[in-house]
Amino acid sequence: MSSKAWEDATLAAAVFAVDPAGIGGVHLRSPAGPVRDRWLAALSRALPAPPRRMPVGIADDRLLGGLDLAGTLQAGRPVAQRGLLADADGGVVLAVMAERLPPGTAAKMAAVMDRQEVVVERDGVALSHPTRFGVVAFDEGGPDDDPVPIALTDRLGLKLDFTQIPPREAPEIDFGDVSDARALLPRVRCGDEALQALVQAAVALGIASLRAPLHALRVACAHAALNGRETVEAEDAAAAARLVFAPRATQLPAPPEQEAPPEEPPPPPPDQQDPNQDPPPPDDEQQAEELKGPMEDQVLDAVLASLPPALLAQMQADYASRERARSSGKSGALHKGGHRGRPSGIRRGEPKAGQRLNLIATLRAAAPWQRVRGAIKPRVQVRPDDFHVTHYRQRRETTTIFVVDASGSSALNRMAEAKGAVELLLADCYVRRDKVAVIAFRGKAAELLLPPTRSLVRAKRSLAGLPGGGGTPLAAAVDAAGALAESIRRRGDTPLVVFLTDGRANVALDGTGGRPKAEADALDAAKRMLASGAATMLIDTSPQPAAQARKIAGAMQATYMPLPYAGAQTLSQVVRARAGG
Amino acid sequence: MKLTYPFSAIVGQDEMKLAILIAAVDPSVGGVLVFGDRGTGKSTAVRALAALLPKMKAVVGCPYNRDPALEPADAPKPKTHQVPVPVVDLPLGATEDRVVGALDLERALSQGVKAFEPGLLARANRGFLYIDEVNLLEDHLVDLLIDVAASGENVVEREGLSVRHPARFVLVGSGNPEEGELRPQLLDRFGLSVEVKTPTDIPVRIEIVRRRDAFERDPEGFTEKWKAEDDKIRRRILAARKRLEDVQVPDAALERAAQLCMKLGTDGLRGELTLMRAARALAAIDGDKAVGDSQLKRIAAPALRHRLRRNVLDDAGSTVRVDRAVQELFA
Repeated sequence: MSSKAWEDATLAAAVFAVDPAGIGGVHLRSPAGPVRDRWLAALSRALPAPPRRMPVGIADDRLLGGLDLAGTLQAGRPVAQRGLLADADGGVVLAVMAERLPPGTAAKMAAVMDRQEVVVERDGVALSHPTRFGVVAFDEGGPDDDPVPIALTDRLGLKLDFTQIPPREAPEIDFGDVSDARALLPRVRCGDEALQALVQAAVALGIASLRAPLHALRVACAHAALNGRETVEAEDAAAAARLVFAPRATQLPAPPEQEAPPEEPPPPPPDQQDPNQDPPPPDDEQQAEELKGPMEDQVLDAVLASLPPALLAQMQADYASRERARSSGKSGALHKGGHRGRPSGIRRGEPKAGQRLNLIATLRAAAPWQRVRGAIKPRVQVRPDDFHVTHYRQRRETTTIFVVDASGSSALNRMAEAKGAVELLLADCYVRRDKVAVIAFRGKAAELLLPPTRSLVRAKRSLAGLPGGGGTPLAAAVDAAGALAESIRRRGDTPLVVFLTDGRANVALDGTGGRPKAEADALDAAKRMLASGAATMLIDTSPQPAAQARKIAGAMQATYMPLPYAGAQTLSQVVRARAGG
Repeated sequence: MKLTYPFSAIVGQDEMKLAILIAAVDPSVGGVLVFGDRGTGKSTAVRALAALLPKMKAVVGCPYNRDPALEPADAPKPKTHQVPVPVVDLPLGATEDRVVGALDLERALSQGVKAFEPGLLARANRGFLYIDEVNLLEDHLVDLLIDVAASGENVVEREGLSVRHPARFVLVGSGNPEEGELRPQLLDRFGLSVEVKTPTDIPVRIEIVRRRDAFERDPEGFTEKWKAEDDKIRRRILAARKRLEDVQVPDAALERAAQLCMKLGTDGLRGELTLMRAARALAAIDGDKAVGDSQLKRIAAPALRHRLRRNVLDDAGSTVRVDRAVQELFA
């Protein structure tokens, strides 16, 4: 199995080396190690120029280009510098630690890849450079890490996973010179049959993005070129489907008899259809006939052959969880540290500890005085008066975790209020850019209903489906909240945990019933919570404030609030105050 | 200048294309927001707009492309020329000085002259300002845009400069909602909002991939092939602009629009105004003499869906709510 995976990885490298910009790139999941090194070495040998490494924290002026300060100071006039993406034209960019890539950087790369041009409007410099490059994204992320921003991965045609390949099953590779194939590529043609087969296969495998079939088309052409062919044949299309579609598949194709007509009627053909266009899209029946052709079968078979059903199921779960994780959104995650954060303005003043001189503002301040100061060209005279520093607003993001008691005793009359509070806070999040997560507990266990998110759509969906009734596994809920708070803190954000419960624990950690054990477990869990140091708050939802809830709150030193005083509105205000907003 | 994919070659996505056409016919509709799935041609469609717009008259040498018709009557007649309507890209990572304009470093350093170098907002005056991934735009730039879009004027007070210049532009944005929500204040600045989805129909998907491939292989040839179609659309825009003045808005249509907005509980009057203007532009495109139910129905969702109060606990999406209201009202 793994040697098969290595074969595919080898093939992917060869194909990618033929047409890096067309295929977009390779999303490479792998820990650092010999397997990855061997693969990269083979790829690098096949490329005309070595890949350019892009560090994860690259600043915009290095990525896109901007004002060359050293050059400007020396020349006494503005000098622009090109960024890494412009320099990478015709080659390959190696994005290391891509799982840590800020979404903004990913979006900027994506925009450049789409336009095949870097457009810069920064620091007094406006320039544009055409550029075409491929990207290799090294993804060392574990299951708990954020996924590589999908804005980038959607534009990378190939995806490889080396996590299961032991080094001994990954022999050195050398596929030699691919320059012949590169030269042949512009002449390679792809017939309609292959094109249709690829699109059809993508749909059958549940791949929504239309970039995937386009990438597959490019891979098929490169594969044909590697084999010295000028026409894409079934073999090429099959290889393309295997390389591009298999890692993206979200479903097994429906058996033929279930291949019902598409759910929605096709939109009317655009009325501005040009009569002298290529053959117009054939009508449905004819299309269906053609699509059942042998090429289509071969392409799908190729994907399925590389996908044992168990693997597919696992992959599907993996995909789904990554989708979830992605939607939890790390957009806007702020880094800590003296010189990072959201710039909140530029002010006159000398740089002190932790502040950074804003060279451009300083230069701007100095510029008008050059003649008065008698500066001798090409030197610029800068005086302390000119110094400007950038002020950054450093704010960690707050994620409020709501732990909602959905048990029989608590839920039914109070759940509406809990929902109301979450709703109000979500509305707040627009402005504050905070996140919200929801854990619900009932029956035997606690469930993460909503991973940290700002998305109203997702919050809506998960809350609407929150059922009530059953026992009160409070201990499990406290532990779940503690674990989530911990992972939020590890990401550098601030967790705030809000419990909405009557505190009447009656299900112990091991899932058994019985009040005394359940209460003891809940108290223990509360102490663990305290040790985690997360700010907590407990809102007592019982009709009369109860001793149990107060005790739990005391054990984790949570702010205690009985609900009778707190409508949804008050609740949200209190939570907001607590979050330091 | 890189060639952009021709507007007329975009397969499907009729609502998006219609919204863009409407904004081209009547800029006072107030901009278009295109939100939706990846790889559906959002930015392609917006960038293609530039090629469709007929040229406009502007004062020679004016960095803001001043409209000669708006010059004071007593001023000497300025020299004018025809210029392309600007469609200015605000790239991600743009810094404030390039957006609003700043001290001209070149002249300051080389000549010691304090001069203003206009930014993107100046260049976009009388045209379109396009922001791809608008939901990822940095907050301080969003604040700035909201202010300028509302006032139509860019006020610069920095580095000892004090400059104000006209900045009336149509805001066009695109983005993917999964990567972050849009601030409500900015959302409100867009006249029309369009939701795009990946087509589920296989022949349509095949055609999209086929055309995209053809374009990437031979951009010049492909553009040439679609030139006639693009020309046709340009003529439609021109004709519609000419007709726009004469399109009647009967009281019955106004009442319908008001009823619809009340039923949906949209905030303020902006919804009604946008609905009315968009319906009028649509009638002009259709060649109709007056706004009727058919236009209101077709444009209700793009004009109103982003103005509904968000209800977290309501499962139905905004589009569904608008459609439902339209059906009930126009039954």
